[in-house]
Amino acid sequence: MKTYTYTEKKDTRSGFGAGLAELGRTNPNVVALCADLIGSLKMNQFIDENPERFFQIGIAEANMMGIAAGLTIGGKIPFTGTFANFSTGRVYDQIRQSIAYSDKNVKICASHAGLTLGEDGATHQILEDIGLMKMLPGMVVINTCDYNQTKAATIAIADYEGPVYLRFGRPAVPVFTPADQVFEIGKAVQLQEGSDVTIVATGHLVWEALEATKVLHEQGISAEVINIHTIKPLDDKAIIDSVAKTGCIVTAEEHNFLGGLGESVARVLALHHPTPQEFVATNDTFGESGTPAQLMEKYGLNSGSIVEKALKVIKRK
Amino acid sequence: MSNENLKDLTTQVRRDILRMVHKVNSGHPGGSLGCAEFLVALYTNIMDRKEGFDMDGINEDLFFLSNGHISPVFYSVLAHSGYFPIEELNTFRLLNSRLQGHPTTHEGLPGVRIASGSLGQGLSVALGAAQTKKLNNDSSLIYTLHGDGELQEGQNWEAIMYASAKNIDNLIATIDLNGKQIDGATDDVLPMGSIKGKFEAFDWTVIEIENGNDIEAILDGMATAIAATGKGKPVCVLLKTMMGNGVDFMMHTHAWHGKAPNDEQLADALNQNPETLGDY
Repeated sequence: MKTYTYTEKKDTRSGFGAGLAELGRTNPNVVALCADLIGSLKMNQFIDENPERFFQIGIAEANMMGIAAGLTIGGKIPFTGTFANFSTGRVYDQIRQSIAYSDKNVKICASHAGLTLGEDGATHQILEDIGLMKMLPGMVVINTCDYNQTKAATIAIADYEGPVYLRFGRPAVPVFTPADQVFEIGKAVQLQEGSDVTIVATGHLVWEALEATKVLHEQGISAEVINIHTIKPLDDKAIIDSVAKTGCIVTAEEHNFLGGLGESVARVLALHHPTPQEFVATNDTFGESGTPAQLMEKYGLNSGSIVEKALKVIKRK
Repeated sequence: MSNENLKDLTTQVRRDILRMVHKVNSGHPGGSLGCAEFLVALYTNIMDRKEGFDMDGINEDLFFLSNGHISPVFYSVLAHSGYFPIEELNTFRLLNSRLQGHPTTHEGLPGVRIASGSLGQGLSVALGAAQTKKLNNDSSLIYTLHGDGELQEGQNWEAIMYASAKNIDNLIATIDLNGKQIDGATDDVLPMGSIKGKFEAFDWTVIEIENGNDIEAILDGMATAIAATGKGKPVCVLLKTMMGNGVDFMMHTHAWHGKAPNDEQLADALNQNPETLGDY
């Protein structure tokens, strides 16, 4: 079993900010837009270095999505920044018509996704955004797990031609993926090799999956852990190959089980390799105020829940 | 093109609109007919366009149709402007056509740069394109067209506020003031008060074209609008039109917003608009 450690915790949104700043230096076509959340999205460095390529839209997310679509006409690569809730549900029709259906090269970058937004509560904690975005034809959906991966993904999506939804979060979480990683859209990353159960996780749940693996190992259970940073297009082969070996799977995400990663995995399995599956996800509910750790505990989105579901799914084999 | 030729082209466009919607018994003739003169003048005499179609539209004027339901007039004018074969108008709203019910880039129809249909989104897109032109040091202009009823969509007012705040002065947004929408007169459905006053309150330059179905008036008014660009403010043209213009039974009513004529009505309407350049 591989050992994963970390020396520091950092927020994934800072990874976005660092990636965007690097793009500002390397890609003159990259432009950024924000709807009054520059500090929260960590966009300051890009703005300081490229003021002429930054557009402060004000609190007007619908307008921001339309402007982003228009900026592509003439060769710009717009990155929009606001909370996940205001990046998706609030502007669904604008994204649908002006970006997705219009095939515009817009990168929708969404912070504060999920319960870990914390104390602001359910008005801001979207748990439906992956579903909303993955249903749009042609939309790539990415949910990164730590600072380094978020930075790498931010840089990678600039080179991809087409609309992308990049989802990340608010709290400081362990930095455990390599700083020099190459981010490949649609390519799952195997973090642990195992034979008894497959755990596929996305976003903040990837670290929790690694923690769960330690507990399972102590119980003599060998868990395979796969980091699914790209929910669409999904790496079907990585999932099928893994369950062919383990015979059961747990999916883990900071999202409603309806519309999330788990459902996408279930479809792949139903089509190609029917396999017992358990879901670590919210159960068709809104969130509430609390600290991120309290919320993840209450709604069953941590390593303890993954262990529980792993033990359960192994019995279903 | 001379004004006489523009009028002939407008008549032909009117025939195209009527025949397109009649053939598939669906579509939106009322607003299309009302904007025929404007779009003909815009594409033929006003916009500085390049040959062929390139999505990026560098160093040429660009047009965005926000009220996408008037696709029949848009398609006819695009075809007559050389973007695709005029015969393709025959495929309007048919399965596997590039001429979807509402305009889209998705099927690759040359001349279309954004999908529209769900209302209120076009101005934001146009603002983005206008800002890209500025970043590219491209001095050409962005034109847009919006319905007056469409201004009830809130996104417009986000965009209207943004445009003046950011001094987007390379854009001319035209509002088709026909005073009608699906459920009736705009004043009955949701009175909007003074649209001129609202744009002026948002610090736009406002140009009024009292007879938006008169080619000379359109050319004069748009020349004034172009002269007003580059002065730090976005420009709005209030184009007063007659919905269903050129077909007597379609005028003075909102009934033909989204209804196609039957065979008899088509014959009557075409008789009022004799063939000029030849039907497709």
